[in-house]
Amino acid sequence: MRSFRLLSLGLLAAAGMTGCSPKEGATPGAGPDSAEARPHIALIMKSLANEFFKTMEQGAREFQAAEGDRFDLMANGIPNEEDVSGQISLVEQMVAQGVDAIVIAPADSKALAGVLDRAMKEGIVVVNIDNKLDPAVLSERNLRIPFVGPDNRAGARLAADYVGTKLQPGDAVAIIEGIPSAFNGQQRKLGLDEGLKAAGLTIVTSQSANWEMAKASEIAAGILNEHPEIRAILCANDSMALGAHAAVRDAGKSGKVLVTGYDNIGAVAALVESGEILCTVDQQGEKLAVYGIEYALDILENKSAPEDRQTPVGLVAKGIPGAAASQ
Amino acid sequence: MKTSRSFAAWADYVGLAAALGGLILYFSLTTENFLSPVNFKTIANQVPADLAIAAGMTLVLISGGIDLSVGSVLALSAAVFGVVLARDGASFPVAAAACLFTGFACGAANASIVSYMRVPSFVVTLGMLEAARGATFLVTDSQTQYLGERVEWIAEELFLGISAPAIVAAAVLLAAHVVLTATPFGRRLFAMGQNEEAARLSGIPVRRIRWIVFATAGLLAGLGAILHTARLSAADPNAGVGLELRAIAAVVIGGTSLAGGRGSVIRSGIGVVLIAVLGSGLAQSGAQEPVKRLITGLVIVGAVILDQLRRRAR
Repeated sequence: MRSFRLLSLGLLAAAGMTGCSPKEGATPGAGPDSAEARPHIALIMKSLANEFFKTMEQGAREFQAAEGDRFDLMANGIPNEEDVSGQISLVEQMVAQGVDAIVIAPADSKALAGVLDRAMKEGIVVVNIDNKLDPAVLSERNLRIPFVGPDNRAGARLAADYVGTKLQPGDAVAIIEGIPSAFNGQQRKLGLDEGLKAAGLTIVTSQSANWEMAKASEIAAGILNEHPEIRAILCANDSMALGAHAAVRDAGKSGKVLVTGYDNIGAVAALVESGEILCTVDQQGEKLAVYGIEYALDILENKSAPEDRQTPVGLVAKGIPGAAASQ
Repeated sequence: MKTSRSFAAWADYVGLAAALGGLILYFSLTTENFLSPVNFKTIANQVPADLAIAAGMTLVLISGGIDLSVGSVLALSAAVFGVVLARDGASFPVAAAACLFTGFACGAANASIVSYMRVPSFVVTLGMLEAARGATFLVTDSQTQYLGERVEWIAEELFLGISAPAIVAAAVLLAAHVVLTATPFGRRLFAMGQNEEAARLSGIPVRRIRWIVFATAGLLAGLGAILHTARLSAADPNAGVGLELRAIAAVVIGGTSLAGGRGSVIRSGIGVVLIAVLGSGLAQSGAQEPVKRLITGLVIVGAVILDQLRRRAR
């Protein structure tokens, strides 16, 4: 693992040498030709193994191709979502290469603040997407990093509210959470909690399945066995919804226990269409990085003051057109 | 003589059975519905993929090696299975053959480098762990393939709530057990694991045996991929992350030595069931993630300690 990481960093460094020298790149428009004049934007994501970030990257690449003259794009991800130190190294690498802006989906909402602080001191524009940096840490360091992204809590609330319209007050439901330490996971759990309580539903149990399909299937099977009265299982992402869906089917409760997800990945979109999964939440992953890049360009070109921008989240359910249902 | 030997063989199971029985008793008392036929049926249908993987891992550990790549190889095989089935619209036998071949090919690659280029299996399979995972993301384009009815029939219950995957897994365990305990190959494998140099000098073809063991582990990971995919109705590019460690834990709980030369696939199977029972019971108890992880760690070490105590007492 470690050697793999070293190798990929080596490749990155090699790729950097063919680019520009750090000093020149740091100042937009300082280079002699037009290629040097284009701002260099680094997109740093979490795991490219995750369909959500993969979609995000593709969206960014398409945007770059369409607006090819405006900027150069370097997109990078880390091998897995918990590799915080790997992501910090990536940021350092991008700073060393002298990019003009960094658009980042932080693997950790606190641990990345230090290295981003150093990047900003080098004059690099930093835009935070997807997973919001911790406001307390930012204010402690007196940092202003604009956040462009969805409100995960509001998104999860949409799913919970929709379940509320399908069940009676007092019905039993369960939540399957993401990784407990992930900010978006925590926000989604909060949103689900609020919505379910507002609908008068009883949350019998809430457990983490670490975003994983197989783990969610095992946990859902256990929950269905211990609490046969459960009427719905709300999951904090779509992979876990697929696992819960399999467990519900194995328990012979298809149609009797509602399953909801989050992210609107292709596999789940098809199941929502066929009615096997009640709903999921779309936060337009393919546009998320694009919003971030546009915002970074805006700051570079117009020196505008950084403020947070919220991107749309929308409920996807059978008979309800996806996305943009709520801001 | 014969009776004392068979008694010793049975005594091997006492520590494990006590640990498993203790867990079942504990969860039966602390949760409402743990002790129900439906629950045991659910667990029985959860473990087949892990059983197949654990059987392969047991052979590898007995030979004195280790295979860290099984989780990634399972994911790659499942990815090939899913893509061939869904994207290319192939029939099940074709997809299954492609899946098994993928597992076997990864295993054979491990096997050839370990056996004939004399690179430690830890390093070779660590490389395969990364490479096969990367290949999985390429094959699936990082997207989950939903397969639904194309694979669900595999995991349907046949009788008494038992599914075909459970029967296949039991057959694999039994076959591996017979090969280990009643064939010249099994005796040579144990001899090689105990002292490779002595085995080689006495004419045992250690390289060929090692090749067969690693290739089999790959093939079983391919089989595990079909069983895993059938249960979840989907081929997930992140499938099997950390599976290698879970398999090693199950095998070691079953008393197989990490140093080689000692072990049993049946006991590894019980180790797998023990871990599955623990996972199921913890989910039913509603414990939070940190508590679950603490308990899982303690149970793994505790089960091995129990086994060691019994071994010393004898």
